[in-house]
Formats: sequence, structure tokens, C-alpha cells
Amino acid sequence: MAAYQPVGIGFVATLRRDLLLAFRRRSDFFNPLAFFLIVCSLFPMGVGPDPKQLAILAPGIMWVVALLACLLSSDTLFRSDFDDGSLELMLLSPSSLYLQVLAKTLAHWLLTGFPLTILSPLLALLLQLPASGTVAMMLAMAVGTASLSFIGAIGAGLTVGLRKGGLLLSLIILPLYVPVLIFGVGTVQAAVDGFNYLGPLAVLGALLALAATLAPLAIAAGVRISVDN
Amino acid sequence: MTLLLQTVDLCCERDGRRLVDQLNLTVEEGQIHQIEGPNGSGKTSLLRILSGLSSRYSGNLHWRGKAMSRVRAEYLAELTYLGHSSGVKAVLTPRENLMWHAALRGLVDDTAQALVMTALDKVGLYGYEDAACFTLSAGQQRRVALARLFLGQSALWILDEPFTAIDKHGVGELEYWIADYAKSGGAVVLTTHHELNIDHAIQRVLLGGT
Repeated sequence: MAAYQPVGIGFVATLRRDLLLAFRRRSDFFNPLAFFLIVCSLFPMGVGPDPKQLAILAPGIMWVVALLACLLSSDTLFRSDFDDGSLELMLLSPSSLYLQVLAKTLAHWLLTGFPLTILSPLLALLLQLPASGTVAMMLAMAVGTASLSFIGAIGAGLTVGLRKGGLLLSLIILPLYVPVLIFGVGTVQAAVDGFNYLGPLAVLGALLALAATLAPLAIAAGVRISVDN
Repeated sequence: MTLLLQTVDLCCERDGRRLVDQLNLTVEEGQIHQIEGPNGSGKTSLLRILSGLSSRYSGNLHWRGKAMSRVRAEYLAELTYLGHSSGVKAVLTPRENLMWHAALRGLVDDTAQALVMTALDKVGLYGYEDAACFTLSAGQQRRVALARLFLGQSALWILDEPFTAIDKHGVGELEYWIADYAKSGGAVVLTTHHELNIDHAIQRVLLGGT
């Protein structure tokens, strides 16, 4: 009887399963990306195509829209697992719940934050962001959206048991998104202004380190509470 | 017979109604316990407490004579829980579904593959292992969930209405598996409204019965 087992097995299996699920249901996967693309491309029409004005607004616009795209998609993180009972079985499996929620969050980032990062140079071009900011934008997006996934997962874990958790989810996680937004925009702004952007980027990295180590504890606890009835 | 699961003065209340009152249940190896009671009498709540999903109870749980909170990891490694919702993903195939469950139990690669195929064969899904689950019937999807019973060796099965959506022939098979499992030393706690026709002694626990 394997009471104690190699810890990585559950992690890899859950990660692989979530990616496979997303691959089978591709429309869910494209939703946040389409949102990001459409909303960003609406801004030049809304505020006018003046390149100077757009360039000033670009970092903020892209970060706020990426934030909202992550917020929209985080609601679905545990939803289907909760509905079909997989979440209960995750709780009752001998594998560590910490690693499993870590795997689910990583899968979520690979399916939202990572594609957003890949898309961001295109959007930067559209919003007239100076070329000097593109690399900083990608780096900040990659690190920042990972933190957003972790923060979103905390809210998703806590609210998955509620029938209508939508607004509550936003109220819980949007304030926690703010530091990522500030330093994300700060990184890009510093690069655009020709300063060294490693400082704010390092803060984003520190936020991610904090989130990656501590958030799974909070997510696991939240999921436990949601299933407990 | 070895003592497995024990409840001491277990009480559970929902919305001001006492569903389980001072329940002292002892589950030993080779025993089948059937929880009985009308709808809403707390059968599922009791099973969720026993499995450790719900912490809204008073009283104590013991596993192999030790307090549950201390031996939770050992308990989970030896428990197979089958709830109302099956934990089967509709867009995955039965094989993919079960490979995930096997991995959660620490089984990988060839061992897991072989176990999964034997389990699917046993529940009558041979030939369906690579068809997406949404193309299967409700009964077949239920059988995918039942196949989990044969992944790895557990000491205790907790089954919540296992006969739902299963056809007559399947009910007979499942009854046989339960009896067979109990004879080989496993313990079963289950709820069902179906009259069990099992070649094995059944302990009955009545809930909400007045």
C-alpha cells in the first residue's frame, strides 16, 4: 500500500489533464485572448489615433485589459471540477492538495497569461508603444500574469461553492491585483523613459515568488472550505 | 476481524435538524454497512463526514484505532469514495479519466495502463476506452466512475448510491463485486434505495428513523 509516494506524480497528472481539457475545449481557451485583443484594439478608436497620446496610455491600457482578461478566466479555474465532483476526489486523493492546486494554477497561466504575453508585442504595436518598451512589456507580462493567476485562484477556490460568486470574486481579487498592476506598468514606463527597468521587474518577481509559495496554501484551504458542506 | 473505521458519538446537524444523533458505528474488515433512511435523512451528509469531505460534525472519527486527524494521509491512501457526482470529465476518454485517478493514487506508466485497462474491462467498457465520455450513455459514464474501485488496493469503499443509472445486469455485477470485495477483507459503507441482493451479511444503519 503506497501511503507515501513520489510527490510529483499527482502534479504532472493534473497539469497534463488540465492542458488536455483545454485542448479539447478550445473555445474556452480563446475567450480571454479574444477579449484582450478586441478591447485593446477598441482604445485607438475611443481615445483617437494620435500616436503620442496612445503611447502615453499604452502601458496602462494593456495592463488593465490583461488584468480583466485574467479576472474573467479565473472564475472557471475550479468551476467544472467542482460541478462534476473531480474536486472532491482531488481532496480525497492521497496526493498533496498543495501540488495539485499548484498544477491547476500553472495550467491556468499557460492557457491565459502565457498567450497574453505572446500577444503583447502585437498589441504594443497597435497602441503605438515605443519599441524600447516591448521587451520590458513581455517580461513584465510573463511574470505579472503568473502572479495574477495565483491571486485569481485564491478567489476562485473560495467562491467556487457559491452559486453566484461572480461579483464576490471580483471584490476579493481586484484589490490584490493592484500591486501587480502598479509594478507592471512601472516596468514598462521605466523602459519607455529609458531608465533601467530591472528594479520594478524584480519587485514583480518577488511578488511572484511570494504568490507561488504561499498562494497554494490559501487556494487549498479555500477549496476545502468550498467543498465542505 | 480488524477494526477499520469507528465513529464515537457522531452528531451532525443541518439547518437546525439533527440528522445523525450519537452514532457509534464500527466498521470492521469484511463488513458491509448499508445506511438507510428516507430522502433528506442525512445519508449523503454522513458519508461525506466519514470520507473526510465534511467537517461539520461533532464527535470523533478513528481509523484503525487512531484519531482521524493524525492518520488522514494513511486513511486517504486506503479509501475509495464514490459520490453522487462521478468525477468523470465528459471531454476526456474513459482511459484518460482513469489514468488521472490512477496517478492521484501514485500509479504511473505501465502499471497504471495495465490496471486501467483491466478495470475498464471489468466494468464492461472494453472497446470504449478511447471514445470521449460525452458519447457514452449515462450508465456507461457511471461505469467509468465505478472502474475507479479497481484502481489500487483500498481497505474501505464508501459508495453513495452506486446503483444509479446502472442496468439490471450491471446491478447484479456490482452486487457481486461488493460481496467479493467484502469476502476478500474489504469493508463497504454504502447508501442505496435498492434492495440489496448480496450473498453476504449486511449491517443496517437507520437514519432519521422514527
